[in-house]
Order: sequence, then C-alpha cells, then structure tokens
Amino acid sequence: MMAENPTVDKKAGGFKGFFDTKVKPAWEKVDKDKVSTLLLLAPYIILFTLFIVIPVLVAMGLSFTYFNVIEMPQFAKMLGFYNYIMIITQDEVFLRYVLPNTLKYAIITGPGGYALSFLMAWMLSQIQSTPRKFLALALYTPSMLGGVLTGVIFRTLFSGDESGYINAIFLDLGIVNTPIDFLQSGDYLMSIMIFVTLWSSMGIGFLSMLAGILNVNREMYEAAYIDGIKNRLQEIFYITIPSMKPQMLFGAVMAIVGAFNAGGIGVALSGSNPTPQYAGQLIVNHIDDYGFIRYEMGYAAALSVILLIIILLFSRVAYRLFGERDR
Amino acid sequence: MASFLGTQINPKSFHRSQLKFYFILLPIGLFMLLPVLYVVSQAFKPLSELFLFPPRFFVSNPTLDNFARLFRTASGTGVPMTRYFFNSIIITGLTILLTILITLATGYALSKKHFRSKKALFSINQTALMFVATAVAIPRYLVVTSLGLTNSFAAHIIPYLAMPVGLFLVKQFIDQVPDELIEAAKIDGANDWHIITKIIGPLVKPALATVAILSFQFIWNSTESSNIYVIDETKKTFAFYMSTLTAASAGPAGVGIAAAAGLVMFIPNLVIFIVMQGNVMDTMSHSGIK
Repeated sequence: MMAENPTVDKKAGGFKGFFDTKVKPAWEKVDKDKVSTLLLLAPYIILFTLFIVIPVLVAMGLSFTYFNVIEMPQFAKMLGFYNYIMIITQDEVFLRYVLPNTLKYAIITGPGGYALSFLMAWMLSQIQSTPRKFLALALYTPSMLGGVLTGVIFRTLFSGDESGYINAIFLDLGIVNTPIDFLQSGDYLMSIMIFVTLWSSMGIGFLSMLAGILNVNREMYEAAYIDGIKNRLQEIFYITIPSMKPQMLFGAVMAIVGAFNAGGIGVALSGSNPTPQYAGQLIVNHIDDYGFIRYEMGYAAALSVILLIIILLFSRVAYRLFGERDR
Repeated sequence: MASFLGTQINPKSFHRSQLKFYFILLPIGLFMLLPVLYVVSQAFKPLSELFLFPPRFFVSNPTLDNFARLFRTASGTGVPMTRYFFNSIIITGLTILLTILITLATGYALSKKHFRSKKALFSINQTALMFVATAVAIPRYLVVTSLGLTNSFAAHIIPYLAMPVGLFLVKQFIDQVPDELIEAAKIDGANDWHIITKIIGPLVKPALATVAILSFQFIWNSTESSNIYVIDETKKTFAFYMSTLTAASAGPAGVGIAAAAGLVMFIPNLVIFIVMQGNVMDTMSHSGIK
C-alpha cells in the first residue's frame, strides 16, 4: 500500500518502483489483443448504444407514460397501454388517414420502388459498359438530391397556379381550363408523393443490385440453357435472382428503409403539417405533429413504436423471401 | 455464343438486340434528369424570365444574378449565406472523417478478431440497418439534451457517427481480405494500428469511399440537427438555410435564389459521386446480406 505514495517509499524506488513491481506485471498478464479489440470496438458501440439503442428503448418506455416535456415523464403514474389503446380506438385521424396512407404509400413505394430498381438494373446490365455508366448515373441522381431539394423542385413543378410547369403544360394542351391545385387540394397529394418517391428510389440498393447482376457467373447461364431454360424471364427467375440473393436482400432492406425515411416528403411538398385534409399524412408526420407541435411526447413515442414494428414486419418479409435458409 | 440469350449480360460490344433496352432506358434516364435540368436552368434565369408567363423550361439569357443575390442575401435573422455554407463544410468534413475511422476500426475488429459476442454484435447491427431515425426523433433529442450537446457543433456530428449501413459494407469487404496477410504482418511485429493503417485501410478503400459518399449525402442534405438540436442561427447548416429559403419565398424571385442554392447544394453531391463511382460499384458486389 505504501508503494502507492512515491515520495514516502524510497526503498522500492518511488513511483517508478511501484510501476515496475505492480503495474507492469499486471499489464503483462492482460491479453493485449483483447484490450486492442475493445478499444477498436468501443467508439462504435458507445455511439450506437447512445443514439440508436437507447432512443428505441426510451421510445418504448415513454410510450407507457404521459410526458409533455415541461414536466418529467410521470413513471409513477404509468399509463400502461393507455396511449396504444387511445391510438387504436380514439385517434380518428390515425385510423382514417394516417394508417391507410402509410400502408398505401409504403406498399407502393417500397416493393414498387424495389421492383423498379431491379428492372432498371437488369436492363442496364444488358447494355455496354460505357453507356451503362451514364444511364446508371442518371437513374441514381434523384436519390442523392435529399429531401429538401427534392421538395423544392417538385413544389415549383407542381405549383398550384398557372406559373407551375405541370399546370402550364396542361393548360397549353387544353387538358384543363383552370390550374389544378395539386399540392393543397388533397386529391392529388398522395399520388404526387408516390411519384416523387419512386422517382428518387433508385439509390444504394439499386447500385447493389446492378453490381449483383453483373457479377453472376456467365457459365451459370450457359449451363441453364443446356438444362432447358427457354427465355429471359425464366433466366431471371431461375438464375439471376437466386444467384444474387444477398444483394436482393440488401436492396430490399434499403428500399423499405428508404420508403419510411422519405415520409417527410408530403410535408415538404404541401408546406404544412398536418398536410391538407390529411391527404399525405404518414405516421412519421403524425409523430412530428404530436411530438414537436403538440408536445404530447408519450403519445408520439407510442406512435414511434408502432412505426418501428411495421418496419420490422416489412423487413421480416424481405428476409423470408431472400434470406439464406441454411443460416 | 450468340445462341445463348443469357450470355449477353454485360456485353462487350454493341448488338442490335440491345436496341430495345436503349429505347426504354434512354427516355427514362432523360426523364429522371428533367427535374435536375430544371433546377439548373432555373438557377441561371434572369428575373424577367422567372416571371415569364407561360413559363419556359429552358433559360434563354443565362445570368449569374441569382447566385449573386444568393451570396448577398442574409437569412431573416441576418446571418449571411456563406456562414451556413462554411458550417456545412466543416460539419460534413469532420463527420465523414470520423465515420470512416470508427467504421474501419469496428469493421476490422468484427471481421478479423475473435471474441465471444462477435456474431451477436454483427446481427444487432444488421437489424439496425432497418433503423429509421425519424421514428425516434424525440428520444434522440432527449439523449442529445442530456449529453449537453444541444446548441453546439457536436450536435450536428456525434449523433450521426454510428452508421449501421457503413459498418455493414466495410465489414463485408474486410471479410475478403485473407487472414494469412494479417498473420504475416503480426509475425513481422505489426500491431492493430499498423494493420489497420498499412494493410486493411488501403485494401478496403472502395468500401471506405462508399461510406464517405453515403455519409456525405446524409449529412450534407440533413436538416434534422439544425431543426431540432441547434438553436443558435450561426451554427446551423446550409441544408437548413435552403429549407428556410423555400418556405419563406413563394414568389418567382425567391424561386431563382432557391434554385441557385439548390445547385450549390447539388454540385458537390454529383462531383463526389462521379469521382468515386467505380469504388461504389466495387463495394456493392460484396454488399449482400447472407
């Protein structure tokens, strides 16, 4: 114990003595490789826990409470499943607009965008490499614009008066007599949202699938033709897709995440939350509405949990379809 | 060879049978680019053309007026546009650098080290690929607040450093590096730091470039941190400025400035992607989830 104080213990050579006799042997016994591994992993694990794991857990916790930001959440007065029960039984907006909207939007833009990406990637794989690069870039470009810029572009294109390009074209062609109020009327908002999302859906998953198709071994096709495959459709279903299942799964997961992440587009297009007549209201917007506009965070957290469950279910389907069975 | 329809994937030369694909792909490619061309043309339009009715798609007298006005205008609170731009560059640069370092270190450990919870960690990360940050914006805000990050530059960076997709891609890529290479380096006395910087890093450059692009696209275009975590106007980002521009300026004059700002925002995206395109495709061929 004396050794800990370097000025008192002269015999052991002070602090250096302590270091040599106690710390060094202890340090030598430690598995350096383990320490190093831990150091390598620590930053990611800490950040991952703080900003991904904890928020999900907190959302689950908050969803059982009443929390309005000003007072701390009242865990003592646990609401139990009250918020969930309210959502399912009392929240008319959620049941009539938000949930059907979200499902419609997600089913069309998720699997739809995914199928579109695969089709485009497959067609691109059928042409030469140089034009392919340019066309792939053209298809990928919309996905890198980001929500803000996409919102700006389509807000001006679909602007509700005659200065909007789509309206100008329609008026010019005589399709309509008065400009259509695309973004504020509620009749068209959902379709425009789906259109814009599909337009920007060829992102990283698309690139992954393109690489996957290009990597399929040529000999597989030759063998398949000898075995009696007749046309390209059979070729796609029997050879191409089974040979690139990992990329297909990656693409699917990215498509699902993309579809739910792009949920802000309705608000970006119409410029208001809630969107006009709740036409483009998705769960993501509903969460923002309750969380950051009405400050009913407990309720918003319950909505978040429902959204996460929906995403998880969608992903499970993707894993079922494309996951390797033998894992 | 030509009798095999299937062997025409990734053809080396042109053949008539490819024409049908060009017929479909060229119009679609053009269509995808139209809104982008629109922004470009809008950004160079003088005021007279922006007000023109009926509106014309292409600019006839290009001018840099919109850019000049963009640089002159300050936001409603008096912060000049250049300030937001500078903030964005610093934030994006730091985020990319740190993300690459963290992802590389973790990817190496997950791929080449042996420890008990390895498989579990990777499958947790794989589940997190489906994580949609906007769904848990509120608890995230609470975490950021309790860490005392609110209203600081760090609030733009730290919450976004853990990137499950990035780790996933890098780990898959490091799996391709033969273990013998690392064993040989270890015999020569290399420690983990040397192995990462001298062997793994250079070998997985394509994956790192892909991580850089993804991280860039996310941070550069993100308004979340400026909207929620940061109050001080001088600490907000260009993407945020861009979103206020479009919200406030309904008139055609504002549209011109917004288009110019949009172009300023878009060009770096495009340049970085074009430069690194080959790397991205390389990474993607290893990117599958097994």
